[in-house]
Amino acid sequence: MHPAFSVILFTTASGAGYGLLLWFALCSLAAPDWIDRPLALTTLLFGLALVSAGLGSSTLHLGRPERAWRALSQWRTSWLSREGVAAIAAYVPAGLLALAWIVWPRPGGVAILPALLMIPAALATTYCTAMIYASLKTVRQWRNRFTVPNYYALGLFTGALLFAAILRLFGRETVAVDIAVLVVGAATLALKLAYWRSIEGRGASTAESATGLGGFGTVRLFEAPHTEENYLMREMGFSIARKHAAKLRRLCLAALFGAPLLLTLIALLAGGWIAGFAAVLAVISAGAGVLVERWLFFAEATHVVTLFYGARAA
Amino acid sequence: MTCLPAPFPGQKKLGLVIDLDTCVGCHACAVNCKEWNASGHSGPLSDFEAKSDGVWFNRVHTYEAGEGEASRTVHFPRSCLHCEEPACVTVCPTGASYKRAEDGIVLVNADTCIGCKLCSWACPYGAREFDEDDGVMKKCTLCVDKIYNENLPEEDRQPACVATCPASARHFGDLGDPNSKVSKLVAERGGYDLMPEMGYKPVNKYLPPRPKKTGASCGSKASEEFSLIDLAERRAAKDEIAVKTGAEPTLAKADGKGAAFLRWADRVLSR
Repeated sequence: MHPAFSVILFTTASGAGYGLLLWFALCSLAAPDWIDRPLALTTLLFGLALVSAGLGSSTLHLGRPERAWRALSQWRTSWLSREGVAAIAAYVPAGLLALAWIVWPRPGGVAILPALLMIPAALATTYCTAMIYASLKTVRQWRNRFTVPNYYALGLFTGALLFAAILRLFGRETVAVDIAVLVVGAATLALKLAYWRSIEGRGASTAESATGLGGFGTVRLFEAPHTEENYLMREMGFSIARKHAAKLRRLCLAALFGAPLLLTLIALLAGGWIAGFAAVLAVISAGAGVLVERWLFFAEATHVVTLFYGARAA
Repeated sequence: MTCLPAPFPGQKKLGLVIDLDTCVGCHACAVNCKEWNASGHSGPLSDFEAKSDGVWFNRVHTYEAGEGEASRTVHFPRSCLHCEEPACVTVCPTGASYKRAEDGIVLVNADTCIGCKLCSWACPYGAREFDEDDGVMKKCTLCVDKIYNENLPEEDRQPACVATCPASARHFGDLGDPNSKVSKLVAERGGYDLMPEMGYKPVNKYLPPRPKKTGASCGSKASEEFSLIDLAERRAAKDEIAVKTGAEPTLAKADGKGAAFLRWADRVLSR
């Protein structure tokens, strides 16, 4: 599948944004003492900016962005529509949280209900994003039991890294958050490796089932319908050479997991300004890494329509 | 509405039956389809240009199947199958894609389509092509503006691809009616579904090539498989040759969106 930058940015930025908002909500419920007004407003601003950038970026993928509002109507059947509705609904608790912190220096009990609502809102929106892909039977690398867990894990991991960095920059020594980063990071790495293992092999559809000519034997494309690439080949037939995929996977492992986890460990042990510096570096590295991860999520996905165009497996 | 219409007994299921035995692979269906639809319900249809891939609702592939004497060369027209349970409709976030309850035709409302392309991802048959010029998705309409057109003589009220086929390899009718000509043809000739494992229940059926008459001896052992898909690999291979022969690499010639980035990425990753 063609990796469109707008969609890569949409899924990674909103994933990290909802992750950050979720961690903030959890923290404001469990450890309200860590949070003061500047920290709360910075975190909420960052989270809202990320989810808004993601949502804005997703409209750039549209042929008719001015009609984007129409996408909110078909939530009964369409995961894309549900994603839009959930994303807009999630602005309510996030906005109320921000409002509470703007009005009161310590909102206390007022912030509890929006924080409680923020958690399911973030989880629901991320679920819908993942299901846009996980619901497509035509792409076996997406209709995969690890797709939803991967989207959750990556959103929570990148959100946690951001939250840890913000806490550090505000001078908080938060061992619990650093440990959470390490635990979530390790779990995310395990899920990503499991996902990559699970997409090995072939799907159920073949050139034989696509054409129904399997009774004669192996089916091969003898002549293509057109001499130039068409939309289908460009959009669905994008393929990445295996040697490149292997290199990009290693790059992803280093940038998204290796460096951020090591830097978090350094922050945890060193403390002080080194910790702040390490935490920011971890965010930058993971940001680049998650873009590579999402690029691969598209580039390594094969669509069954390619079977009509001579692909041996999809 | 992207909810599928509730099925009811005696429901009309308009569709095509394509005879792979008689199709001669002349592409007349594709051309006449383009001609009619460039000015009809979905018109104008973009053509191949520097910025556009060109939208066609019919594509005619040719396949080789089997080896040696038993092998067959089969011309294979591919268009929308107007599925009974089309995922392209249910994934649509706007309701622009819909399946008509009265005859089962799957259509796109170009006035409300936002061009998110998700329907084309959901379709296993490649029935939908994105119109770069209009920014919306286009697909076969089963010539909805022709088959019901009372300004046309009755015999002309059939899809353009069917009307033009010189080999009469395409048949149009109601596949929901077991006594229709097309349903009888399907029953007689063992018409089948493409990719039945997807579960979308295509309405269009394909008639398999008839068994070969005995005594004929033809066919070649195909040793080379060729894929148009593995473009990255092919380009990389070409570039390797280009480096050896001193010719300009293909990637260096590519232009358009992101080509410079891809060239850079290819260089970096090839190190």
